Amino acid sequence: MEAVPGVGGDSPVLLLDDVHKIYNPGPLQVHVLKGVSMAVEQGDYVAIMGHSGSGKSTMLNILGCLDIPTAGRYLISGVDVSELDQNQLAEVRNRYLGFVYQSFNLVKRTSAQANVELPLVYAGVPKAERRRRALTALGLVGLGERTHHMPNELSGGQQQRVAIARAIVTGPSVVLGDEPTGNLDPTSTAEVLQIFGQLNAAGRTVVLITHETEVADHAKRVVVLTDGRISSDVRNAPVQGEPPNLIDLTGAEPREAEEAIA
Amino acid sequence: MTPDSLRVALRGILANRMRSTLTMLGILIGTAAVILLVAVGAGISNQVQGQIGKLGTNAVYVLNEKNAGGQDRGGTNARQIKLTRADVKALSDPGRAPSVKIVSPITSTAGTVTWGGTTYSLGSFIGAEPVFGEIRNIRVQKGRWFNDGDQAGRAKVAAIGLTVVDHIFGKGVNPVGQTIQFNQVPFQIVGVLDRRGSNGLQDQDDVIFAPMSTVIDNVVGPIDSFTAIGVQAVSQNRITAAVTEINTTLRQTHNIRAGDPPDFKVFNAADLLAAGKATARSFRTLLAIVAGITLLIGGIGVMNIMLVTVTERTREIGIRKSLGAFTSDIMLQFLAEAVLLAGLGGVLGSVTGVLLGQLRIAAVQPIVSPGTVGLSFGVSVLIGVFFGAYPASRAAALTPIEALRYE
Ligand SMILES: Nc1ncnc2c1ncn2[C@@H]1O[C@H](COP(=O)(O)OP(=O)(O)O)[C@@H](O)[C@H]1O
Ligand SMILES: [Mg+2]
Repeated sequence: MEAVPGVGGDSPVLLLDDVHKIYNPGPLQVHVLKGVSMAVEQGDYVAIMGHSGSGKSTMLNILGCLDIPTAGRYLISGVDVSELDQNQLAEVRNRYLGFVYQSFNLVKRTSAQANVELPLVYAGVPKAERRRRALTALGLVGLGERTHHMPNELSGGQQQRVAIARAIVTGPSVVLGDEPTGNLDPTSTAEVLQIFGQLNAAGRTVVLITHETEVADHAKRVVVLTDGRISSDVRNAPVQGEPPNLIDLTGAEPREAEEAIA
Repeated sequence: MTPDSLRVALRGILANRMRSTLTMLGILIGTAAVILLVAVGAGISNQVQGQIGKLGTNAVYVLNEKNAGGQDRGGTNARQIKLTRADVKALSDPGRAPSVKIVSPITSTAGTVTWGGTTYSLGSFIGAEPVFGEIRNIRVQKGRWFNDGDQAGRAKVAAIGLTVVDHIFGKGVNPVGQTIQFNQVPFQIVGVLDRRGSNGLQDQDDVIFAPMSTVIDNVVGPIDSFTAIGVQAVSQNRITAAVTEINTTLRQTHNIRAGDPPDFKVFNAADLLAAGKATARSFRTLLAIVAGITLLIGGIGVMNIMLVTVTERTREIGIRKSLGAFTSDIMLQFLAEAVLLAGLGGVLGSVTGVLLGQLRIAAVQPIVSPGTVGLSFGVSVLIGVFFGAYPASRAAALTPIEALRYE
């Protein structure tokens, strides 16, 4: 895995320092995050919980460099993102962060494989190499057979697995999920959680939002957001090592498969 | 522009086939219009140019005010607004008009020509004296022009233009020697005229000439005024003198007091030609402007569709940005789509324009210049860039989260 600038040593991979987010500044302003501080170590698996409207998505969008804090600092491996320009932020999203959404967000009329190749296109990876890595990532999420299907030809669970393949194809150190299992049935949820578990077991940092305690049970740490503030932060397992309740549906060796992409 | 971005652009275009086709049609029509209208303009200029040798450069024409477009003044002067035998005689007098070499009265009428079972509505049937052939610089491609013997003998003979030949005779028929009917009067064709083309207003081959004596006896009857009088100056550099002499002489024969406006008009063929050329030039400019506007409207269509496309695909833009697309990647993606749309329309429009440019349009043979084809294709691509730039930059300027949240 490529190193994030300033990685290693003591800097946590993600660090929110008294972050505020205010939408529509002015008389109709909405103060959503009211001073959130949180450090995430490399290799941790964090579940963010909280009531609807408590600011979870807002926080994850900031972590994913999709949005910027109104006040406070956000550092990735010690680098303050406010010092990065548009293109550098795009590069950070491309190389170091993978984002999975509740609604999958695949590009329409674009095959599974082409969707997975997209981040590599923007990274400037040559075509043949792109193809190889996209197929590996799709194999890893168990979609080796369906690479040419269009998103509308896939089930929700399959679409979400394509989205995960796309999120991890550049080998990012952090994978973020905003209720990634929110639209899935129990079987697909189990499959997706298995993939996240394997990714974490292989050393990637995972942060995901969930409503369901069954999902949170797979995380090493559970953070609860209440009305824009962290109201509880509980660790269930050490940062290093396998996450709790690691699902093994296929009997595949997660680490081996994982090494194939990195 | 990489093959990848072109493929993505093509996919965008194919995703909305109907919409893309209509947008392309706008550019197609614009490009074809530019090529075709400029070609028609060039064709008209060329035809006017071609008249120089044909009109007879030493020719001067006298029209009465009515035929020249003026008002018949009626009243006591009505009798005098005429071009009479006396006028012809006066102009033929070397003592009064020494710069005039030949004079011929001209009478023009419309009517129907029939031959065999074919009927044709003729542009003009012209009666003139044999010398008119010299004044007008008429060339015969088959047979002969009518002569003094025909005029003296009131022979029912005629020389015929090619447009008329094309309309009434089938292929393989030699018109010379055939007898046609004009307004039920039989005329034997003695000659077929060379092609003269259009003067920009009229097809000059849609015409039949016959001796004046015959026409008066058999077609128009005892008229009190000729349609016009054709005059040839003794030489090119005495045209101006001839025009002055004609004016002086006719003012006398028409009894016009000094200071009163004349009741006739004298046209110098060369001046007419210059006026015709100027008209052709402004016509050409007008056509080019119309064509340009058409293309501009096509361009606005591209912009409109690209704005719709950007709005529809806002979420996709957000996804791409979240995956690491640079602002420039998004900009290029939509610009490529606009340019491809306009460029394809431009190619199809160029082909259409060139094909249509092979047809005769209203008796004008358009002249398609390779320059215009290249230019209008280039302009259509530039239109893609120009009208695509704003929608593309709007797409590119969105922040990832704004774009992702868009419903
Ligand atoms: N773009 C926005 N403009 C204004 N208010 C917003 C915007 N996005 C979110 N909000 C508001 O911020 C609050 C938190 O939203 P969100 O972070 O999506 O909460 P959660 O994901 O925890 O349900 C909500 O009250 C929501 O209405
Ligand atoms: Mg949310």
